Amino acid sequence: MKSLFAFVRKEFLEQIRSTRLFIVGALFILFGIMNPAIAKLTPWLLKTLSDSLTETGIIVTDVNVTALDSWVQFFKNMPIGLIAFILLQSTVFTKEYQSGTLVLSLTKGLERYKVVLSKFFALLLLWTLGYFLCFGITYAYNAYFWDNSIAQSLLLSVISWWLFGIFTLSLLTLFSTLSVSSVGVLIGTGAVILASYLIGLLPKIGKYMPTSLTSGSALIYGGSDAKSYTASIAITAVASLLCIALSIPVFNKKQL
Amino acid sequence: MNMLHITDLYKRFGDKAVLKGLCLSVPENSIFGFIGKNGSGKTTTMKTVLGLLNADSGEIRVNGEKVIYGQAKTNRYIGYLPDVPEFYPFMTAKEYLLFCGEISGMTRTDTIARADELLSLVGLAEEKHRIKGYSRGMKQRLGIAQALLGRPKLLICDEPTSALDPVGRKEILDILLAVREQTTVLFSTHILSDVERICTDVAFLNNGVTTISGKISEIRTKYRSREYQLEAENNTDILALMKAFPNLRKTDNGRVAFSEKDTALSDVLHFIADSHISIKTLERKAPTLEDLFMEVTEK
Repeated sequence: MKSLFAFVRKEFLEQIRSTRLFIVGALFILFGIMNPAIAKLTPWLLKTLSDSLTETGIIVTDVNVTALDSWVQFFKNMPIGLIAFILLQSTVFTKEYQSGTLVLSLTKGLERYKVVLSKFFALLLLWTLGYFLCFGITYAYNAYFWDNSIAQSLLLSVISWWLFGIFTLSLLTLFSTLSVSSVGVLIGTGAVILASYLIGLLPKIGKYMPTSLTSGSALIYGGSDAKSYTASIAITAVASLLCIALSIPVFNKKQL
Repeated sequence: MNMLHITDLYKRFGDKAVLKGLCLSVPENSIFGFIGKNGSGKTTTMKTVLGLLNADSGEIRVNGEKVIYGQAKTNRYIGYLPDVPEFYPFMTAKEYLLFCGEISGMTRTDTIARADELLSLVGLAEEKHRIKGYSRGMKQRLGIAQALLGRPKLLICDEPTSALDPVGRKEILDILLAVREQTTVLFSTHILSDVERICTDVAFLNNGVTTISGKISEIRTKYRSREYQLEAENNTDILALMKAFPNLRKTDNGRVAFSEKDTALSDVLHFIADSHISIKTLERKAPTLEDLFMEVTEK
């Protein structure tokens, strides 16, 4: 256990000293502020545009903004946040392969599965911190400006999106053990997410796909049934665990 | 007892066979020089011992325990210094050693004491900067410190001196000599003067197998030690000698050389006495490792 924690600590030291922690933090704080800000500014934006819009035949009536608009922004911006996070962390394994820094740790008797677990754990922790930092800021602003209780199944939709992020991180981990370059990692992760999205367009099986967890906007409007999420939550959780479980034997056989 | 024992090791990369049945025994408390040309498979051998590469066949035992690829528990006996050691550049030397101590399961107090001791041994005790700015020599010295941290029974160094200037080389060799009391050292190199300076045992790796191996002293007596050089007062005597013994050959410095394999020393001495040749010197040459190396690699 001690060596596992030591490696996790090393990961965080690296995140801090390579300024990646700072970038992740700044990014999610920015999004956290932007979500309510955009919602708040929408009426004003539309008002300033109303003259030109009237000319094109669109008539702007009074726009009523609620916390829902801010939450819609939250779910709209989160994919960008996740993509940025993945891009930033795509080298978390491959950099060590290329520089050869893992060799010394492994020849010190550090078990390989601990490398996989601690790197995944560090990513998980960082994602969770960033995500809920963003959520917390948006929640606080929403509570101040409007009323959060208007959003239905808010907790479920937020947890679902967070879980989708974890699924993506487990893919990142799996492809990091398979590929030696960060390009390979990004292509692999992106391909699986894209496949999940495309299959998700099919009506019958779509709701079982991990990507269905990202439709938080529909949930908070009460547009979709919260119960239908149970299956995709379970499937995503199992798929994430499988990815990590598979990463370990793959990494064990990797030539470094 | 042998600290490291390799039998019939085979390894190929694609269609290139690098190791073709390599056997090697490293006795305890020796400084073992592992000699071979660039690309002869020294690094491959060492990485296989460390479980970083998977051998096609063959067996490796470290301290009597079998090495299993990917799960090398035997690494707890080994300290390893790669040819170009890479550390986490965002750490300081001390932080790195503490990290190494933690992942190898040492207690914190022991690690701190050992880290301080080793950093002063390798001359990095005063260095407070991050590893990012280290020179090659400094990295090599930190490499030795991290390799020795866990008090390994076997220290494996892959070409520790190859990339260094003479001062840096001397420093590394002195450190290796100093740690001989505590551990067995296996180091690969193609710099033969380094081997002559500190090694007790050697093995020559050529074409995927070890051609000569054993104690340096024994090898010297065993191989081609019957080489003589002779210097005469005047040149006509030399010519007469060469006429009488066709296997004699002229050397660059005007002497003649012969090996007792094909020309008996007693015959030559008889001839000298009978023909009243006045000689300046007659010398028996000890073979240098370089001679052996050339002989082995040219075969």
